[in-house]
Amino acid sequence: MENEVLLLKGNEAIAHAAIRCGCDGYFGYPITPQSEVLETLALMKPWETTGMVVVQAESEVASVNMLYGGGGCGKKVMTSSSSVGIALMQEGITYMAGADVPCLIVNVQRGGPGLGTIQPGQADYIQATRGGGNGDYNVIVLAPNSVQEMADFVDLGFDLAFKYCTPVMMLADGVIGQMMEKVVLPPQKPRRTNEEIAEQCPWASLGKPKTRGVNVITSLELQPEKMELKNHKLQEKYRKIEENEVRYELTGSENPEVAIVAFGCSSRISQKVVQLAKEEGIEVALLRPITLWPFPYDAVKELSKKVKSILVVENNAGQMVHDVRYAIEGRIPVNQYGRFGGIIPTPMEILEVLKKQL
Amino acid sequence: MTKEEIIEKGTVVYQKAPLMNDNPMHYCPGCSHGVVHKLIAEVIQEMGMEEKSIGISPVGCGVFIYNYIDIDWQEAAHGRAPALATAIKRLLPDRLVFTYQGDGDCAGIGTNETIHALNRGENIVIIYINNAIYGMTGGQMAPTTLLGQKTVTCPYGREPKLNGFPLKLTEIAAQLEGTSYVSRQSVQSVAAIRKAKKALRHAFDVSMQGKGSCFIEFVSTCSSGWKMIPEKSNKWMEENMFPYYQLGDLKDE
Repeated sequence: MENEVLLLKGNEAIAHAAIRCGCDGYFGYPITPQSEVLETLALMKPWETTGMVVVQAESEVASVNMLYGGGGCGKKVMTSSSSVGIALMQEGITYMAGADVPCLIVNVQRGGPGLGTIQPGQADYIQATRGGGNGDYNVIVLAPNSVQEMADFVDLGFDLAFKYCTPVMMLADGVIGQMMEKVVLPPQKPRRTNEEIAEQCPWASLGKPKTRGVNVITSLELQPEKMELKNHKLQEKYRKIEENEVRYELTGSENPEVAIVAFGCSSRISQKVVQLAKEEGIEVALLRPITLWPFPYDAVKELSKKVKSILVVENNAGQMVHDVRYAIEGRIPVNQYGRFGGIIPTPMEILEVLKKQL
Repeated sequence: MTKEEIIEKGTVVYQKAPLMNDNPMHYCPGCSHGVVHKLIAEVIQEMGMEEKSIGISPVGCGVFIYNYIDIDWQEAAHGRAPALATAIKRLLPDRLVFTYQGDGDCAGIGTNETIHALNRGENIVIIYINNAIYGMTGGQMAPTTLLGQKTVTCPYGREPKLNGFPLKLTEIAAQLEGTSYVSRQSVQSVAAIRKAKKALRHAFDVSMQGKGSCFIEFVSTCSSGWKMIPEKSNKWMEENMFPYYQLGDLKDE
């Protein structure tokens, strides 16, 4: 398969990209608004072409623990779900973080709390960027804002997961998952052989040859001195990630008086706000964090030196705004605008809010 | 005479399974875990699967099985071992994949994962240690605690109105279309150990033949949890556990 241009839903793009990037296994459980991922994979039958395994699990708890098993063997494994299901997966995510197991988890967010709604939301920001489960850990969080990025971040997510031996989360939302756009799919990558995995992932539990010691995938350590050391190693890994993997996009006016900070679907709506504002003579810059953890604190800080105020747009009651405020240390005013419960704000209503803070 | 000299003379009639390492075991005297560990190590060796076996350890006393048998391991979250095993076996179909779980793990918090892995017919073996109590956390009531049996969370004896009934998970496993071999064994005597080993070997063989899921319960003792000396534990198990959890093969297709 060469490069191919298709018109796809974001969720469908994830399935196509998974097969093409040489993913070994997908384990999932149906939940709106992301069920097309599993449906597309089932329809495409990759087990007959690349040999990729696709399993519909009995629950999100089972699917995330299937990831733990597959990732522990050094296989490229992934799942996708939506907010309510991701909450259930936190057990497996903290185990994988603690056991240094790579994997990719896609959260196509819906509004909460509880069963909430099947409409889009962005209210899992804090859960995703602070680890989400028990213990001191982080997962790398990628926030796509287009169908193209839904596809691209599957491959990127696996690269990062294996580079740092850690779970990676793609924090999408119901808008990006459901909308259709043109997407360029990359050529087919071969799946790694067991021999390649054994070489590239010497820690993987593939069956113990005589040439090495026992590989045990575990997060358990009863001796506090050893457990503290393990935590220090994790934190060292996180500092490295913070140093090397911050990603963001800065667009809009080069001489802004005000800036918007937004991710995912909110950043797409904010692009229109920037355009509408320009038509009214208001210069606006748009900073879009692509990695939500590690967060682009320095970029936000630099931006804050060029503008009089910042508006954080996110479909929640105010979550990323804490990171923005932390970055600029009170230098300028920061406001937040969010609709939630599944409501998507219009560019016009955001523009009105923006004008009030000029 | 040293150990090496005895071995040289060819007079060895019994030896520790070579896959078992010399790490001191943390199990209490009279516990069944050590014997079942030994059987697993022996059977893997006899099958020549030392380099192709992946075990999944539980949460509970059996968690540290990975410290004693020199194969690759993964340590699952409480009750989730069958989910890990599902993925591992699907991704590495030529490996021998088995879980090792206690009654709280397999029949309590992980019942859903257990039943669905078995019902999908995953070619794995679930080794289920049923000692009718939570050993590691200090002797609390398990899903399999017998009626009238005293534990620290049913100090006056398990009572159906308060605590429900002891769960026969093995009987449930036998009813599922996905299981191929389901058996209930014990390891309190030489004769029982021999039978148990045969059952274990059969289960491992069946899973490697791709015939479906295998489920073996080992009715076991927990001398510390039961607050009995080992000898009395064995007797109590025979008199109280065996009538309710009857030994033998439940299914062999």
